[in-house]
Amino acid sequence: MIGHTARREEEHRRGIFTRRAIGLGLGQLGLFGYLAHRLWSIQQQEGEKYTLLAEENRLSARLMSSPRGRVLDRQGRVVAGNKLNWRALLVPEQTQDVAATLATFSKIVPLTEQDNARVERELRRRRRFVPLVLREFLSWEEMARLEVNAPDLPGILTDVGHTRIYPEGPEMVHLVGYVAPPAERDMDGDPVLALPGMRVGRQGIERFHEKVLRGRAGAVQLEVNVVGRVIRELDRREPLPGEDIQISVDTELHKKLRAKAKEGTTICVLDAKNGEIVSLVSQPSFDPNVFTSGVSAAQWKAWTATRSTPLINKATNGLYAPGSTFKMMVALAGLEAKVIGPHDRISCHGHLDFGGNRFHCHNRRGHGAVDMRVALKASCDVYFYQLAMRCGIDRIAAMANRFGLGVDLEIDLPGTRRGLVPTKAWRQAQGKPWNLGDNIIHGIGQGWYQITPIALATMSARLATGRAVQPHLTRAIGGKPVPGRRPEDFPSLNIPERDLQLMRSAMYGICNEGGGTAPLARLPAGYGAMAGKTGSVQVRRVTRAQRERGYSAERVPREWRPHALFVCFAPYNDPQYAISVVIEHGIAGGKYAAPAARDAMMTVMNHFRGLAPAGPRVAESRAG
Amino acid sequence: MSGVYERRLLTEDRGFGLLQKFWQVPWGFALLICALAAIGYTALYSAGGGPEVYASKHAIRFGFGFVMMLTIAMIDIRIIARFAWLGYLLGIALLVLVLLHGNVGKGAQRWIDLGPLQLQPSELMKIMLVLALAAWFQRASYERVGNPLFLVPAVLMILLPMGLILKQPNLGTALITAMIGGAVFLAAGVRLWKFAIVLGGAGFLVPLAYEHLRDYQKARIRIFLNPESDPLGAGYNIIQSKIALGSGGLWGKGFLQGTQGHLNFLPEKQTDFIFTMIAEEFGLVGALGTLALLLAVVVFCFLIAFRCRHQFGRLVAIGLGTNFFLYVFVNIGMVTGSIPVGGVPLPLISWGGSAMLTTMLGFGLLMSVQVHRDVEFAAARE
Repeated sequence: MIGHTARREEEHRRGIFTRRAIGLGLGQLGLFGYLAHRLWSIQQQEGEKYTLLAEENRLSARLMSSPRGRVLDRQGRVVAGNKLNWRALLVPEQTQDVAATLATFSKIVPLTEQDNARVERELRRRRRFVPLVLREFLSWEEMARLEVNAPDLPGILTDVGHTRIYPEGPEMVHLVGYVAPPAERDMDGDPVLALPGMRVGRQGIERFHEKVLRGRAGAVQLEVNVVGRVIRELDRREPLPGEDIQISVDTELHKKLRAKAKEGTTICVLDAKNGEIVSLVSQPSFDPNVFTSGVSAAQWKAWTATRSTPLINKATNGLYAPGSTFKMMVALAGLEAKVIGPHDRISCHGHLDFGGNRFHCHNRRGHGAVDMRVALKASCDVYFYQLAMRCGIDRIAAMANRFGLGVDLEIDLPGTRRGLVPTKAWRQAQGKPWNLGDNIIHGIGQGWYQITPIALATMSARLATGRAVQPHLTRAIGGKPVPGRRPEDFPSLNIPERDLQLMRSAMYGICNEGGGTAPLARLPAGYGAMAGKTGSVQVRRVTRAQRERGYSAERVPREWRPHALFVCFAPYNDPQYAISVVIEHGIAGGKYAAPAARDAMMTVMNHFRGLAPAGPRVAESRAG
Repeated sequence: MSGVYERRLLTEDRGFGLLQKFWQVPWGFALLICALAAIGYTALYSAGGGPEVYASKHAIRFGFGFVMMLTIAMIDIRIIARFAWLGYLLGIALLVLVLLHGNVGKGAQRWIDLGPLQLQPSELMKIMLVLALAAWFQRASYERVGNPLFLVPAVLMILLPMGLILKQPNLGTALITAMIGGAVFLAAGVRLWKFAIVLGGAGFLVPLAYEHLRDYQKARIRIFLNPESDPLGAGYNIIQSKIALGSGGLWGKGFLQGTQGHLNFLPEKQTDFIFTMIAEEFGLVGALGTLALLLAVVVFCFLIAFRCRHQFGRLVAIGLGTNFFLYVFVNIGMVTGSIPVGGVPLPLISWGGSAMLTTMLGFGLLMSVQVHRDVEFAAARE
């Protein structure tokens, strides 16, 4: 009986249990279904999205900078090269606590105040995964200590990079330029510029051939794990090293010329035939190697405050009135305009009175009646006052432009100044009329002219050859010579040969005949004859009172003294080199600039005498 | 009707030998368990990049667990029922011990260090609770179950370990414990309106309770609601886990080819996130296959329950089946970003000695139910 009741009770409980358990089971089955649906939607529907995210997780592209191309001189000597540089880098995102890491680091490798300030600045500026340079030029010992302590230095990497080195120091800096860390304005879209220790050219060849020298960055595609550790390399594109640039300057010659040049002196030596820059001396200069490690504020101030402007290449950026060296332009303009004949004479009484002003000739007693050759030889000012009045400034300016004055010479030295040759239109643009009297002083190269020394050398080369020779520095890029630089590649100036020959002859007379203004420029036997023109440019008006007391430029304070100029080419019979010399406050062209030019010419000729004459161009020697 | 019943009793009286019991073990179920352990081996092999890190030890632990499971299957279910309260007290004692001397893991006291084994008493407690509740309800008639006074001690039996687990603090496990207890209550025939009252009360109390949650628990819930809000913090695990799952696609990246796992983007890939290893390397096919096997385990538990002729066995099977189900659901729900991260391992697959021990203990009990499905308990009291 009990058993029976119990059995019935058991059946009842079992029935309830079964119903409830089926409900529970169905609920659980439904939740299993939900999980299956979730898996399906993540793995199937959103699979592509998550595949992409997984790829993003594991892949990391890193740029490899390419070694910068070198700059070689005419003989293949390195004037801008690379040396190995062991560096310590910090990747901010790879350390929990940047400050702690830096503190530990500075116990191993000391950081200066300057370093700390720079790191702090870069930490704010750069993205957190871009490594920034903590210290450069680490010694072996410092590298070893960093490696040993690596576990305590999360986020610190060491690597070896290249740093720019200029073996010639200050000798070549105005030609080669220097490199500096890129500023915002240097960002040209090349991602390699964001790499630590990257440098861009700041002046000269380094700047002009920046892209060629930089090369193309390589890239590695890496598989990285969650902390950024590289697991393996998936793909690699080798960097394309920058190409070497060969320039036309011979370092040894350049150094000889520089050694003789005093402060404030500029010497431009061109190959008169093909326009190659043989040397550009601008004294003083500075050491570009200082820029690799950073320039101190004091150093920068010292460079920029001084009147001698070491940072500026005065050959391309110094602006001077050309003085009497300009007289050939006036003469040629007069001949072309047919306002004067080569044998027409003009009388010089030592001065010209015009509009109530008296314009003096440098020879106070006057030159008498002079024709063009004599006027040039003696540098008669009155002759050119008169000629300029007849000719007018616009014709003179047009002639000067043809000889490379006041125009863009497209020299491969960035920042080269164009200079200025005034015209009526230029004066009118200033809201002032061009007065007839303005022609007078512009006839002797004084006034508003602003001419660079390299333009004067170009003028000299063009006088010597009659062709529109263009100065240039780059000889070869990546071993391939730059085309279009043979003498015959330059177009003729279309000046009658007779007129040109008259100029050359007068310039010959200046250096080699009695009555010439530059007897000191005469070359010794065996060098060929020199042809040149002197110039002395007043930087301050000489008053009548001074004149009457017996003015002498040698006795006034230095910064009041005139600039001394000389332009020349040689040998006269077959012009090979064109030179311009500008000595700031050098007093007198004939007395000081002319002998400096002669010495420079002899140095150049001596230097190349042993070598092939002016070093034949690669292309020419190939062509035979 | 009564004749059949008598005959069954006679069979039992003739002696239910060890060999006969061994024959009664559900070998299909055992095979299923082995299959899941094999999947675990494979996944751990990949997680360790070879057998020596995790996989071999996993296999050894499973071997021990398997022997233990079969041993427990031989124990008479009535003896287990009689000493269920002892097991329950042991579980409570261990929970108290872990609060006093436990090892802290992730901001909570959860582990007891037993030398080779890191015991997690809350896992053991769930099984002991199922046994104790089943024993409590086993003798009660439907009418008795309807008596609220009869239910009070049972409710306290759930609340005591829940409170201790909350104190660790471990909100997830405490909730799971409550759900397992609830499942046993439901199957035992507790009136449905009583569940409605409890759930309603909970719904009222949850906002209040939220204020008393620990910060990490609040964060977990917030991040669950919007994982992308904190991609590098607590939400990181879920995002990386979903990336691993999603990038696996239909067929997966291939054995040992999972980038998320092998490049360590997956957090705790050998324990809580092991399922993502499977899903990444074997794709949706592998993931659903594993899920199907896990579902089969739950189905087996229910079948054992239905086949059992006594309430104790039925309730144990339902309780342990629900326990297993909750492990699976919370774990996979977590890695798919469907529920908050709970730190629950995937049974038989995840790395961990304590989990393996309790899982195999549960399977041993289930097998004992199956082996002793027809035994006669003392009659239910009115």
